[in-house]
Amino acid sequence: MGKITLKHVNKSFGDVAVIPDINLTIENGEFVVFVGPSGCGKSTLLRLIAGLEDVSAGQIEIDGTDATDLPPAKRGLAMVFQSYALYPHMSVRKNIAFPLKMAGMTEAEQEKKVQNAARILNLTSYLDRRPGQLSGGQRQRVAIGRAIVREPSAFLFDEPLSNLDAALRVSMRQEITELHQTLKTTMIYVTHDQVEAMTMADKIVVLNAGNIEQVGSPLDLYHHPANVFVAGFIGSPKMNLIAGAEAAKHGATTIGVRPEHIDIAAGGPWSGTVGLSEHLGSDTFLKVEVDGIGTLNVRAGGEVNLRHGDRTSLAPQAGRIHRFGADGKALA
Amino acid sequence: MSTQSSRLAARVMVAPSVVLLFIWMAVPLAMTLYYSFRLYRLISPDRTGWVGFTNYLWFVNSPEFWLAMGNTLALVGGVLAITVTLGILIALLIDQPVKGQGVLRILVIAPFFVMPPVAASILENLFMHPQNGLFAAVSMSFGAQPILFLQDYPMSSVIAIVSWEWLPFATLILLTALQSLSSEQIEAAEMDGASALNRFRYIILPHMMRAITVVILIQTIFLLGIFGEIFTTTQGGPGSASTTLPYMIFKQAIAAKDIGRAAAGGIIAVILANIVAYFLMRGIGRHLDA
Repeated sequence: MGKITLKHVNKSFGDVAVIPDINLTIENGEFVVFVGPSGCGKSTLLRLIAGLEDVSAGQIEIDGTDATDLPPAKRGLAMVFQSYALYPHMSVRKNIAFPLKMAGMTEAEQEKKVQNAARILNLTSYLDRRPGQLSGGQRQRVAIGRAIVREPSAFLFDEPLSNLDAALRVSMRQEITELHQTLKTTMIYVTHDQVEAMTMADKIVVLNAGNIEQVGSPLDLYHHPANVFVAGFIGSPKMNLIAGAEAAKHGATTIGVRPEHIDIAAGGPWSGTVGLSEHLGSDTFLKVEVDGIGTLNVRAGGEVNLRHGDRTSLAPQAGRIHRFGADGKALA
Repeated sequence: MSTQSSRLAARVMVAPSVVLLFIWMAVPLAMTLYYSFRLYRLISPDRTGWVGFTNYLWFVNSPEFWLAMGNTLALVGGVLAITVTLGILIALLIDQPVKGQGVLRILVIAPFFVMPPVAASILENLFMHPQNGLFAAVSMSFGAQPILFLQDYPMSSVIAIVSWEWLPFATLILLTALQSLSSEQIEAAEMDGASALNRFRYIILPHMMRAITVVILIQTIFLLGIFGEIFTTTQGGPGSASTTLPYMIFKQAIAAKDIGRAAAGGIIAVILANIVAYFLMRGIGRHLDA
């Protein structure tokens, strides 16, 4: 079991309220990603759940019981840190066995669980090495191994892939997702990378300045962003946000169109000059200086052959225009 | 950049200092070795000659020598035990976030800046003195007789004085080691269910092992040669109760004016230092790797 409920959780450091007021329910077995720009309070929120920070006000419930004042060890959660936080003087085996040893388990039982975890994570041949002799991805797996042997009710991941190189990040991302499918345990994952959020999550929680901007499935957030912040944050390349006269035509303060929802069409309503064009083969990313609107990012097909300085016309796809009111919230 | 010619140039340029350092070290050692086999008394300078191992045998056969050896090892061992244990505890304490942390740390480190004879005098006269000392005042306020530290417990008193001087050094090194421990490791151990005691035993102490090794090695080098504190307080007495090897050498050289014997003592001290160093490196040297 691993249902976690936050009720009016507030965290202040001195006079600064890092998290003003958060209500959130994480269902058992869900893969929840906290995403937001750096300094938005997502790591603090994770540490509050872990018990590494005390809440200033509010309640944290784990499986229906109040865990607000429980020490970290008693919450039944396991955490994987950004720096992995492996114990450098212990072998991989001892690292993974450490929580079991602390729980007073016999050596034989420890060994059984360590072997099992090592098998799942492909670490069997590294058990006698020290963390210093492992690569980044292997260290990451040891940290995960140390978390899974405890059979926690939920896993907490604090930006676990940010120290890995791009290729390894993609493969570890898939491994963690597969691990979730195998274990079916609740996982809370903090990242600033919206690609990780989109690819891994069952449910994404978008945070900004300590407040929850929107909670929903990845595609939900992509198709129906609740406000300008989420619209600009989710999706890569970023959504084009247009204010002023063009937005007023649609009865909104701001309109948003994703780069992939703009077509290059002769006779389209917007015309402009191509600035930068990046040809990736599969796609072409264009920055177009549109008259009267400004720079728009456009994602076109790979065969589009526009160069710097070319004139072109653009047309937004019908029904793909997001409209936002003066308060930044989406209009129905 | 490290071409053959630049490496050669580097060697040529450091050569003079290497040669100078070698002479600096080798000449005194060679002279000591030479004198240790000679009859050389300042009282009777006309009587000279080779005497073989006579000077060494005098030491080995002197009952004072074995007492001095024991005292030297007790001093080194005692001070190391006290400074490392208390150093760890104080480092843990002042690593906690408190107001006035900077001032507190300077205060803790301050005794290290006091010169050894001065430190010994302060402790002898202000703390251990049977009439004026703080400890005597405390004893008397409880109606007890003041303890005659330097008379009844001379070696323990010397160990206490030297520990007082070296505790700040140990604390400082151990504190920096403590501060280099990543907080995520402690938090991970906390999540893993380790109690404060277990966190200390399995995470903090192993992390500090290298610093502890450095403290032990550096202090051993200096403690083997402790002289000033004994000279200003007990003068090696009562009797020979607090005589260490360096103090015994001093007595032979300055009091008895027997340079030959003092030189033999010096060579014995060098051998002792090497034996200690050998066992230290075997015992704890592995913590210096990686």
